[in-house]
Amino acid sequence: MLSWLQNAVAQGAMIALVALGYTMVYGVLRLINFAHSEVLMVSGYVAFRVDDRLLGGYERGGSKGLIIATCVAIVAAAVLGVTIEAVAYRKLRAAKGATARIAPLVTAIGVSMLLQSVAQLAFTATPQKFDPRLAPPMWFVIVAASAVMAALYALVHLTWIGKAMRAVAVNEEASRLMGIRPSRIIVFTFAIGSALAAIGAVLYATTQASIEPTMGTSIGTLAFVAAVVGGIGSIPGAMLGGLLIGLLGELVKSTSYSGMKDAIVFVLLVLVLLVRPAGLLGSARAEKV
Amino acid sequence: MRTKHPTRPEPPESFASAATPLLSVHGIEVRYGGIRALKGVSLTVRRGEVVALIGSNGAGKTTTLRSLVRLVPWSAGTASFAGQELGPLGTEEVAALGVSLVPEGRAIFPNLTVRENLELGAYLHRDARIIGETIDDVVKLFPRLGERMRQEGGTLSGGEQQMLAIGRAMMARPSLLLLDEPSLGIAPNLARQIFGAIRQIAEAGVTVLVVEQNTRLALEVAARGYVLRTGEVAKEGKAKELLEDPMVKEAYLGG
Repeated sequence: MLSWLQNAVAQGAMIALVALGYTMVYGVLRLINFAHSEVLMVSGYVAFRVDDRLLGGYERGGSKGLIIATCVAIVAAAVLGVTIEAVAYRKLRAAKGATARIAPLVTAIGVSMLLQSVAQLAFTATPQKFDPRLAPPMWFVIVAASAVMAALYALVHLTWIGKAMRAVAVNEEASRLMGIRPSRIIVFTFAIGSALAAIGAVLYATTQASIEPTMGTSIGTLAFVAAVVGGIGSIPGAMLGGLLIGLLGELVKSTSYSGMKDAIVFVLLVLVLLVRPAGLLGSARAEKV
Repeated sequence: MRTKHPTRPEPPESFASAATPLLSVHGIEVRYGGIRALKGVSLTVRRGEVVALIGSNGAGKTTTLRSLVRLVPWSAGTASFAGQELGPLGTEEVAALGVSLVPEGRAIFPNLTVRENLELGAYLHRDARIIGETIDDVVKLFPRLGERMRQEGGTLSGGEQQMLAIGRAMMARPSLLLLDEPSLGIAPNLARQIFGAIRQIAEAGVTVLVVEQNTRLALEVAARGYVLRTGEVAKEGKAKELLEDPMVKEAYLGG
């Protein structure tokens, strides 16, 4: 029972880490960053390759090697996330009218497909696996993910850039009147969101799954749904949504319907949204103009 | 209210002289699509003055203020603040010059606490000591805010939100405060209170340009006024004279 619960919470925490990237970007830009899942996938590969090729895997690098590889992956993810924002979204923000919301959504999907294809060419479609001896215990996954999320919470509530981020999310114009530059906040948001995805990717890849070019889509979809169910734009909502999906998934897995795990989880989540369309912690508060 | 911003350098003496206004606007034109919302507005605000911009709905009052902080681009004309051309600047840069706008509808951050709202007003200098002092000043001005520091801004009443919006603008220690309809949607006694605070802010040496539909309230606080009509300045003069002006009386003071 305890190990089951540990597994479920760990699963949920990893999903939450990825969900935070979706929800934070949505918060400041009102954009679903579909490329986020591919940032996760690429950072998984970066961690794997650095660990495997440069640091000699488990045999020579041990868990210290994995930590270094994770740090490299975090930096790589942040750079990739910021680059995607600069290349695929920034210019489109000036657009007005009917396509203003749609155009960046299309480029987001485009970037996602591009990165997946490039990953297939670069790394082949064959799944690759971390040495199982590198897998951290489940309690460690929970502690690490919780610590990262606590740090994020402190960042958003206690630092200037965090407060500015919340201000831009709720009223960009008013925040500019305070002297805040939304473009900088946006870059920062992409960097942080992507870094969290990298941590999620390494935890996932070492404990749960193999690394393959489609791993982003499978984990990303769960994370995106977690963000929506929690209330997209809400940071605690993404954490809660992730936890909920982790628990539900493990619950279904332990029944005889385990083959239909994702389907059942999604149906339950649709039910949640029927009752609370803005998500569990999403604000339905009408914006005062 | 303390007046001098300790970290921002004062503009050169020549700009600060009485001859040069703090804010001067020449022939600003603003177009929304094909419509000319402002048809060449010119006005000046001297250092230490309170100037009112009055007029009916749609006259272009809000557009004038929004264009000054570069939230709305202008298609012709020039504007300068303390000798600095505003045309090439962005909104954030105008704010950094020491111009704070209290926007129409207040635009506080509803999900942030009152204290966080005030702190963000000080984003440009981020100096803990000055923030502490200025929060004390703001609370002296609006004691109600002091009781609500930990509450989320969105839970405040309309009048309190207006106080918060003005307080937040003062946190930057501006040399020019732009106010857009501070009495809008607020009970008359609260509106009086808010204009009392505006008078105090001005007495502390902050220059104020206030846009207001409540003409009497605005002209009682202001030294000078401009009457805006369909995107043009229809009249300008001393506030006392405007209060007695037959045209102003007829159109904006209810006869």
